[in-house]
Amino acid sequence: MQSILLIVFLPLLAAIVGGLGNRALGNTLVKLITTGALFISCALSWPIFLAFVAGGAEPGVVPVLQWVQSGDLSFDWALRVDTLTAVMLVVITTVSALVHLYSWGYMDEDPDQPRFFAYLSLFTFAMLMLVTADNLVQMFFGWEGVGLASYLLIGFWFKKPSANAAAIKAFVVNRVGDLGFMLGIFGTFVVFGTTSIPEILAAAPAMSGATIGFLGYRVSTMDVLCILLFIGAMGKSAQLGLHTWLPDAMEGPTPVSALIHAATMVTAGVFMVCRLSPMFETAPVALGVVTFIGAATCIFAATVGTTQWDIKRVIAYSTCSQLGYMFFAAGVGAYGAAMFHLFTHAFFKALLFLGAGSVIHAMHHEQDMRYYGALRKEIPFTFWAMLAGTLAITGVGIYWLGAGFAGFHSKDAILEVAFARGTEMGTFAFWMGTFAALLTSFYSWRLMFLTFWGKPRWADSEHIQHAVHAGHDDSDDHNPAVQEDAGDDVRHAVPSPNYEAGTAGYHPHESPLSMLVPLGLLTLGAIFAGWVFSHAFLDDAAFWQGSIFYNEALIHEMHAVPLLVKLAASIVMLIGLAIAWLAYIKDTSIPAKAAEQLGPVYRFFYNKWYFDELYNFLFIRPAFWFGRQFWKIGDVGTIDRFGPDGAAWVVQRGSVLAKRAQNGLVYSYALVMLLGLIAAITWVLF
Amino acid sequence: MDFPILSLMLLVPLVAGITCLFLDAPMARLVALAATLIDLALGVLLWINYDIGGAQWQFTERAELFAVFDYALGIDGIALMLIMLSVFLMPICILASWQGITRRVGEYMAAFLLMEVLMIGVFAAQDMFLFYIFFEAGLIPMYLIIGVWGGDNRIYASYKFFLYTLLGSVLMLIAMLWMVNVAGTSSIPVLMQYDFAPEAQTWLWLAFFASFAVKMPMWPVHTWLPDAHVQAPTAGSVILAGVLLKLGGYGFIRFSLPMFPEASEQFIWLVFGLSMIAVIYTSLVALVQHDMKKLIAYSSVAHMAIVTAGLFAFNVQGLEGAMIMMLSHGLVSGALFLCVGVIYDRLHTREIDRYGGLAINMPRYALFFLFFTMASIGLPGTSGFVAEFLALAGVYQVSTWATLVLTTGIILGAAYMLYLYRRVAFGPQKNADAAAMSDLSLREWVMLGPIAAAVLWMGVYPESFLAPMRADIAALDARLARAAPEGDSRPQVGTPRAHEANYMEGAHGAAAGASEGAH
Repeated sequence: MQSILLIVFLPLLAAIVGGLGNRALGNTLVKLITTGALFISCALSWPIFLAFVAGGAEPGVVPVLQWVQSGDLSFDWALRVDTLTAVMLVVITTVSALVHLYSWGYMDEDPDQPRFFAYLSLFTFAMLMLVTADNLVQMFFGWEGVGLASYLLIGFWFKKPSANAAAIKAFVVNRVGDLGFMLGIFGTFVVFGTTSIPEILAAAPAMSGATIGFLGYRVSTMDVLCILLFIGAMGKSAQLGLHTWLPDAMEGPTPVSALIHAATMVTAGVFMVCRLSPMFETAPVALGVVTFIGAATCIFAATVGTTQWDIKRVIAYSTCSQLGYMFFAAGVGAYGAAMFHLFTHAFFKALLFLGAGSVIHAMHHEQDMRYYGALRKEIPFTFWAMLAGTLAITGVGIYWLGAGFAGFHSKDAILEVAFARGTEMGTFAFWMGTFAALLTSFYSWRLMFLTFWGKPRWADSEHIQHAVHAGHDDSDDHNPAVQEDAGDDVRHAVPSPNYEAGTAGYHPHESPLSMLVPLGLLTLGAIFAGWVFSHAFLDDAAFWQGSIFYNEALIHEMHAVPLLVKLAASIVMLIGLAIAWLAYIKDTSIPAKAAEQLGPVYRFFYNKWYFDELYNFLFIRPAFWFGRQFWKIGDVGTIDRFGPDGAAWVVQRGSVLAKRAQNGLVYSYALVMLLGLIAAITWVLF
Repeated sequence: MDFPILSLMLLVPLVAGITCLFLDAPMARLVALAATLIDLALGVLLWINYDIGGAQWQFTERAELFAVFDYALGIDGIALMLIMLSVFLMPICILASWQGITRRVGEYMAAFLLMEVLMIGVFAAQDMFLFYIFFEAGLIPMYLIIGVWGGDNRIYASYKFFLYTLLGSVLMLIAMLWMVNVAGTSSIPVLMQYDFAPEAQTWLWLAFFASFAVKMPMWPVHTWLPDAHVQAPTAGSVILAGVLLKLGGYGFIRFSLPMFPEASEQFIWLVFGLSMIAVIYTSLVALVQHDMKKLIAYSSVAHMAIVTAGLFAFNVQGLEGAMIMMLSHGLVSGALFLCVGVIYDRLHTREIDRYGGLAINMPRYALFFLFFTMASIGLPGTSGFVAEFLALAGVYQVSTWATLVLTTGIILGAAYMLYLYRRVAFGPQKNADAAAMSDLSLREWVMLGPIAAAVLWMGVYPESFLAPMRADIAALDARLARAAPEGDSRPQVGTPRAHEANYMEGAHGAAAGASEGAH
């Protein structure tokens, strides 16, 4: 169990050494230190996880240091290891180690590599602190720590204004969620007198039915606490309303998107709900909210994903949508299924992102799928890896064999359990989830067809033009950080002889081995992770050892749903595939026609339901407007004018008057004396 | 302890300050640095010898002067921490002025050393009039520092500063005279246990409030702060933010709360109300500033609002949170002003738009600036978080509304600080002169490094700072207990229904469980 100290603190050490050493140590050394640390962490994590799977491990807590002791509020630094943590440990360290390795190739031409690797390791440390937290405050530490790392990595190419804007947006939107989280912690402390997670979970059942005052109302204690905490989860996991930062976060380098914005950080919210599941189980309204938000996000993000052109944005919305599945699984009480989907999703989504990164790498940092096409032959390894990822996310499998790709096991289980739950909210979630599965299949295959099938459409891409004219991809400006002002010059470049062929004479290269090895390993995960671990996650209460709330009855119900429900996901998957095939292979004029026919709906989806515009109008512009008003009219125009400046003015005017009174004329002084005397006599007499 | 260490700590800078008046510039700098370092060493000795869990007042010294007026010094844990903050920041201030100040260096150093005398005195004073003298005299060196070595509009700023702070003090002095008359003593420890009649408390409280609210500063008497900061030289801003702003909070915790508990309870609504307005108002104003120092000054007002709210939460978390916030803010905003000073020294402008892309040519600087930015917005692991978290946890027990509004500060704070950071450190390099600036010098490393270490220490292991104050806060909490307000959250235990939400009784029991859960 002591190895957990190494697992958690090695990445921190590597981040500090790499970050402070930076150029003094040199690229290779920093990369070796950080990547090496992560592989050690990963190697130490798997035995812990496998011990839990085998049933031979006991949960435990390793104390590290006292933190805060204030009156009866106290919390310490400690590392907790139980089944739930073990699952997260392998997910985080595995994906992180592979992403570190992948970045050797992907970031090869970046001038600022030590900083990048240090940030990645820092992120991993914060994420590990989050999942090993024994109290809510340490969880919050990790929560904010990953937020910081995410901010730094989204804004890694800090010369790009768009990257900076996205970084700030991610941090600030997350802080909105954190406000809920913080209030939730305060409330929990008021109710339970502690922030220790095991103690809270033990005391929670006795508190169901209790009431508490909140903002002047008497409300159900557990519901309000859980909803507040869930607001935190919504921020971190980009759920509807607080999701707007996630698509913009794609400004960061692609390995970052894979690690942080797909596999690990964004799943922290799901982890939190599962970690606190005994608490949520006492809060029916809160669980209803979780289910509803999850289902709504699931369908919302899927609709947006069908219309985007940027390959990374499609996958980002897909992530958002898959997180919705996890939340409504938790909302209906199937925490095991939620964690299972989190587990499988980490592999296939990281695979898809890294695959997309490989495509982007090959296409000279072009991310618009309209300029892709026919890449199947050019980058075959990437193609096969992404195909596996697509099969996994769309949930391809054969029911009667009980075998399929990772998503087949986890997503189907979620849909079944939502149906089995039998409540209105559960049924709503089932239908939303099923429809979203259709859309998932559609946008995933759309991505594949646009990228790998059809004819090359590379010639119109300014990135490709640039590459062709700058002598392929060996120049320094390969890096988007220094590329932003080059774009306009190449947009109207003279077409090359091969222009008609649509390739512009460009030859995509398959990525280097450091990128392909992680792809290969994740491909194995996308294929086998579901099938191998299905039993442990879904059906084995002993596996969880009480680290989540395990609802035996619900699982029995899940296995007893009608056959049609069990096949629903597979059926809609085929429909989605068929539509995508029709529209992007068979008759490529269909998408344009459909967009025109469904004009308003299409624009609504394409513009992401206008959330950004709405928030800009509701929050951002008013904030600046009020700021200016408070400053100019409040501070300068009112407080200063009537305060110090006013006082100064009064004194100045007063002294002018006083000066006039002292005019040196005896009769006027005598007059004042006389008046004073009269006044004094009047005062004394009456 | 017989050795008069507190008097010595007052004497060293006093003698050095007088000496500086007669020295040339290089010598004055050295003498000032040496004196502040000696005081820092004495401060460390003080901390080491402070007996946690021992007597409430330690290192006491007493000499009767006349009437009820005594020269009485002594510290408790709260005063100890604030003295540590002062002596810690002082050498850094001297270093920060090393090259920036070229005119009248001797006088400048003398003013700073006098400032140090008065600051230590104010925290160590055990006699109310002694306190008053130190408290008010602190105005004079600061007035001179702004008025003589300040920016272009320094005269206006220094007058504004003086007018504001003097206004409240007059009322406080009258209240003090009345109190001494009634209680027959000017000893602060005695007065802290003295029970004034509740009706009298109201007026006394308001008189003290007038002074402390300005010093804090609380909305709407905050407008002196941005001007004072903008015009003050870097080191002046550091001391202003680092220590002078703490006088208000110290006043509340030393006078208003223990001496007038009933009145304090009566005015919770006022303090909470002003704090809530301050957080929203000043944060939004900070968002639209073009001047770096002004932005940080406004953020100070927002942070101080957390302090006042925490103090008036009437519980241990609130009080300790407020104290840590004072220490943390002293370090962090001091460091932020130093960060501004570093680039001001190079480019001589505080205009945010003149910078940009500094992370390219000044990566070490960008790292420090980022660290302090994150500490300012309360990232866990830094001192800012411990402070905010405890203070707000305290406030939550009294008012959920106030907590909700005050906690929006973490969103707004992130917005204006990151927006500042983005415009200064990120983005393309816009100006050739900004792009040519050199990274931190050794002197600047020595200034920023120790503060960063202290911020991290306070964030990861705040016990070192909480432990000396624990007994004093507990004593204050006990004294306040009789007036403590009843919170609006008040949990009430109902009938438990275990695992009701997804309760299922075997097959097809789902509907029944759900309908039960819904009620």
